[in-house]
Amino acid sequence: MSRRAGQVEGRPDADAPVRVIGEVLARRREGAYWLLSFSAPELADRARPGQFVEIAVEQKYSLLRRPFSIARVSRQGPAAGTVDVVFDVGGPGTEWLTQLALHDLVDVVGPLGTPFPLPKRRVPCLLIGGGYGAAPLFYLAEELTREGLRVDMIIGAATRERILNPIEAKRASATVTFTTEDGSHGVQGRVTDVLAQTAETCRSAVVYACGPMPMLRAVSEACAELELPVQVAVEEHMACGVGVCFTCVLPVRGKDGEVRMRRACLDGPVFNGARIAWDETRFELGPPPDVEEDEVEDEASGRLTDDELWGEQ
Amino acid sequence: MSADVRRIDAASASAHGDAATEAADVDLTADLGRLTLPNPITTASGCFASGAEIDRFYDVTDLGAITVKSLTLEPRQGLPTPRMAETPAGMLNAIGLQNPGVDGWLERDLPWLQGKGAKVIASIAGNTPEEFRDVARRLRRATGVVAVEVNLSCPNVEHRGLVFACDPKASAEVITAVAREVDVPVFAKLTSDVTDIVAVAQACIEAGASGLTLINTLLGMSIDPETGRTRLFNGYGGLSGPAIRPVAVRNVHQVHTALPDVPIIGTGGVRTIEDVIEMVRAGASLVAVGTATFVDPFTARDLVRELRTWLAARGHTSVAELRGSVLAW
Ligand SMILES: Cc1cc2nc3c(=O)[nH]c(=O)nc-3n(C[C@H](O)[C@H](O)[C@H](O)COP(=O)(O)OP(=O)(O)OC[C@H]3O[C@@H](n4cnc5c(N)ncnc54)[C@H](O)[C@@H]3O)c2cc1C
Ligand SMILES: Cc1cc2nc3c(=O)[nH]c(=O)nc-3n(C[C@H](O)[C@H](O)[C@H](O)COP(=O)(O)O)c2cc1C
Ligand code: FES
Repeated sequence: MSRRAGQVEGRPDADAPVRVIGEVLARRREGAYWLLSFSAPELADRARPGQFVEIAVEQKYSLLRRPFSIARVSRQGPAAGTVDVVFDVGGPGTEWLTQLALHDLVDVVGPLGTPFPLPKRRVPCLLIGGGYGAAPLFYLAEELTREGLRVDMIIGAATRERILNPIEAKRASATVTFTTEDGSHGVQGRVTDVLAQTAETCRSAVVYACGPMPMLRAVSEACAELELPVQVAVEEHMACGVGVCFTCVLPVRGKDGEVRMRRACLDGPVFNGARIAWDETRFELGPPPDVEEDEVEDEASGRLTDDELWGEQ
Repeated sequence: MSADVRRIDAASASAHGDAATEAADVDLTADLGRLTLPNPITTASGCFASGAEIDRFYDVTDLGAITVKSLTLEPRQGLPTPRMAETPAGMLNAIGLQNPGVDGWLERDLPWLQGKGAKVIASIAGNTPEEFRDVARRLRRATGVVAVEVNLSCPNVEHRGLVFACDPKASAEVITAVAREVDVPVFAKLTSDVTDIVAVAQACIEAGASGLTLINTLLGMSIDPETGRTRLFNGYGGLSGPAIRPVAVRNVHQVHTALPDVPIIGTGGVRTIEDVIEMVRAGASLVAVGTATFVDPFTARDLVRELRTWLAARGHTSVAELRGSVLAW
């Protein structure tokens, strides 16, 4: 079938994912990463922070689409109807994306998966991003801010170059703490090294995180100790991205206490970090964080619970 | 808030758009002996879950039938991840038959399919002939289930874990146990990983199968050259996608040649309309789309639409007339 920009297939329902043929409007370096912007009005209209898209890559021998978090959508203004993703090059599919030219066509399915649930109360939110995982958090920050909530951020990466868009981070939040493992920017160490202190200072009542799986595990476990509710956007290898193949599963504890394999593409990618049975996954925790948590413990009783924040899940 | 989504008509976009008027007259009916379906496109088991996920994209009753994920007696959580690895023109998977169990499926998933009026092919799995029998028994009077597909690529616990489909006798035992339990046609799903597929096919038909599904995934492996780690948690996994299509076509042709009256569901790497026609020419009466749905959720529905135009443009009046039509040199 011949492809034209603007072709769209799917149901008219406001929350149904669609397949669109989008036109590349920008493709540029973003620090150590790349930004791809394409036109997809129906997708932009339906998207929420935390959801992702599946982009077809026309790399030789490659079959499957590649999943990417939605980094931003524009619904109004000169860029209305566009969707952005930020990606890191790590293989043939992402390599192919870097070679797209302006006006090239991309075949995209989305929005897919669950969005970040917004707190039902006006509480300060702490957003923790690792590497390109910061991208969807900027999008979330925008939405939280619009709802009148305070947003603070911790952005971590291995090196300075891998901190995504530090200026955007400062713009999007009340305070931002940077961490790099080599100390080239901000605090030397990991996001979990500054988590307790930052949450304390900012009076954070809820944590949102996106980044590599070991980081999400560390953040979830640190939050459990601090009794801070946490929502994480996970990554797992996905064949279909739409819920039919069961390749993307994660062990998640249900309300009944039982652990079940849940699909990251359909039941996630956003999960309550405290519900993931991390010790049943292959994602290893790094060395333990060396933060002083003693004072924080005292405040724990004042924390909001999952039920208070999100209601039934 | 959002504008209505425009729908693209596959027929008008086709190279043979001018034949679209006649296309309405093409007979797509799939004749599988005791079973007749409105068109010859279904889904491959394990590649469509239970239907509702793809119904978010289009009305899944557009398909001839929906073949659901294999059901076992007890719910199964499946294997740890990674469960999939991409390979050239295909992929490996090792899911471990994650499914809600036949009772959970009857309670939660089938009612939805019934509500849609879908024609359901229920795939069943087990580790002993008795397990297969018990799953089949529970499906006996399930409205909407038009056929049972027996996934014989399961390890036989009584035979050192050798899969049933590798052995004509073990396969026949399972089919006998299942065929006694159900009133609907039974399809035996076979693997190509055998020396003589015709012998297994014959044994299944003699044991009471009405038809055959060919083929399941091929056993494969992928290793990360840097780390030396297997790319799947399970080590080995099933290869699917375009990479296996020629193998599937050969199996369908081989079995159809030996057993021309037996209906065959052809599966393996089908993605385009040409692939569908190839499978039908090889001998398939019904074509199941698997991995291609992962690439594009609309694939199966598009194939139904394109089939009509493809046939009309070439002056064919039915899909059935192409079945088994192969010219040798
Ligand atoms: C929900 C979700 C959101 C994501 N968001 C982003 C994002 O915003 N930016 C970004 O750079 N990356 C993101 N990723 C990871 C991204 O999908 C992979 O980097 C990409 O698929 C790699 O493709 P490749 O061909 O370049 O690499 P290869 O490693 O050659 O890919 C081979 C196969 O492995 C899969 N794969 C490889 N790495 C990953 C991974 N980390 N997660 C899942 N599948 C993987 C690929 O999809 C492909 O099927 C996300 C993944 C998921 C599941
Ligand atoms: C992720 C995945 C899961 C599958 N699960 C099942 C299953 O539960 N039962 C079954 O009989 N076949 C299963 N199969 C095999 C397919 O039904 C089909 O026979 C095979 O994938 C070849 O077709 P394809 O190349 O079109 O995918 C599975 C295949 C894949 C890729
Ligand atoms: S990627 Fe297929 S079910 Fe999630």
